Amino acid sequence: MLFSSYLHALGRYLMLMGRVFSVPEKFVMYWKQYVKEMIKLGVDSIVIVLIVSFFIGAVICIQIKMNIESAWMPHWVSGYVTREIMLLEFSSSIMCLILSGKVGSNIATEIGTMRVTQQIDALEIMGVNSASYLILPKIAGMVTMMPLLVILSTCSGILGAYAAAYIGHILTPAHLTEGLQYDFRPWFFWMGVVKSLFFAFIITSVPAYYGYRVEGGSVEVGKASTDAVVASSMIVLFSDIFLTRLLS
Amino acid sequence: MIELVDVRKTFDDEKVVLKGISTVFESGKTNLIIGQSGSGKTVLMKCIVGLFEPTGGKILYHDRDFVSMTKSERMLLRREMGMIFQSAALFDSLSVLENVMFPLDMFSGENYKERRRRAQFCLDRVNLSDSGAKFPGEISGGMQKRVAIARAIALNPKYLFCDEPNSGLDPKTSLVIDELIHSITREFGTTTIINTHDMNSVMGIGEHIIYIYEGRKEWEGTKDQVMDSDNEKLNSFIFASDLFRKVKAANS
Repeated sequence: MLFSSYLHALGRYLMLMGRVFSVPEKFVMYWKQYVKEMIKLGVDSIVIVLIVSFFIGAVICIQIKMNIESAWMPHWVSGYVTREIMLLEFSSSIMCLILSGKVGSNIATEIGTMRVTQQIDALEIMGVNSASYLILPKIAGMVTMMPLLVILSTCSGILGAYAAAYIGHILTPAHLTEGLQYDFRPWFFWMGVVKSLFFAFIITSVPAYYGYRVEGGSVEVGKASTDAVVASSMIVLFSDIFLTRLLS
Repeated sequence: MIELVDVRKTFDDEKVVLKGISTVFESGKTNLIIGQSGSGKTVLMKCIVGLFEPTGGKILYHDRDFVSMTKSERMLLRREMGMIFQSAALFDSLSVLENVMFPLDMFSGENYKERRRRAQFCLDRVNLSDSGAKFPGEISGGMQKRVAIARAIALNPKYLFCDEPNSGLDPKTSLVIDELIHSITREFGTTTIINTHDMNSVMGIGEHIIYIYEGRKEWEGTKDQVMDSDNEKLNSFIFASDLFRKVKAANS
């Protein structure tokens, strides 16, 4: 029964995506929406990405130095581990998980409210493909902005590690720099970017699906928003395993 | 002209809402669908505009069957429709002028200056000349309905649908909205269908009225015929209020 309902939901999601990825009625209108969504979902998320990444970068560096590094390990370990964690996992996967809360609830609530206030019906009556007009610019905008957010997150995390070194005096900046540069593999950076593109698609399309299917009133919109965040977070976590295995 | 031929609608294979409705809505007339809450009038309206798929029957827009149309054919036909929703359904993120311009931006081939002029004309037509820069949240319910009318007529629609346009409005504003819809129908020759249970609208602009009772067309006629009807179900609906009973008594 549960499996059947999941299968039904998957079918409805795929049918919705079929409507989303269709030829726009007027490209200029979609382009305007695309630019708006890049600002709303991407640019407006920069501050939270920078703040969270900065502190996590600092904390990882401190934790490794205080709890993992020992006389048996080289002094560059803290910098090396900080860089690898930021590149491989935090800036791509965990940051998307955090953004799924902010972006996901925003999308589900916005589209859900449009549904219950008949704004989506109004678009349909006008002859506009409402699924495509409302959802495609969000997906495209987030997928475009996500690599930038990943890069900013990594840079901010490394700055946080330097702050720990300079302000906290727990390791020397020279040792941190040595660790950050040690055995650097550019593919790890690209791996994070590729993963984040998939996650950007998930954290926009799944909440859009939940919002688009809302029936009822404000209570249902709230429930859809919560369900959307939970579902997109779970899907990000599951797909992270497969993508990591596939790309490593 | 819109013709309904034996339109039926059933939900989940068991809940029968529309039990075969046939009628003709003529162009240039204000056609009213009336009935109690839960009688099926909103479902009928949603079937006519394609928001619900009828279980059976035909919906003919000038002899073109909407039910058997492909998705793309429906999309094209919908550009000939305008609709005013119960909640106005204006786009919150757009200003009043942008709301009215939206269908023009989407489907009109005119340049920006012409589109703006047309949107301003529509706003002037509903007496909202100076409200273009405001947002839907900043204007009253009556003004929102008028913006919805302006948006609905922006593309010169052949078919105008109004779902309870007077709900939540005071009697005076309701009269303004009714009069506006009526005059636009006359002026542009649209096929206008209004879904309402407002008796003032029935008596004021009901050129063609169909009364829906438990999913069936119970009665059909004009506002003048309403007063003299001997249909018990219609009379119990129309003359439910003291005021209308007194009006009937005074007339007789």
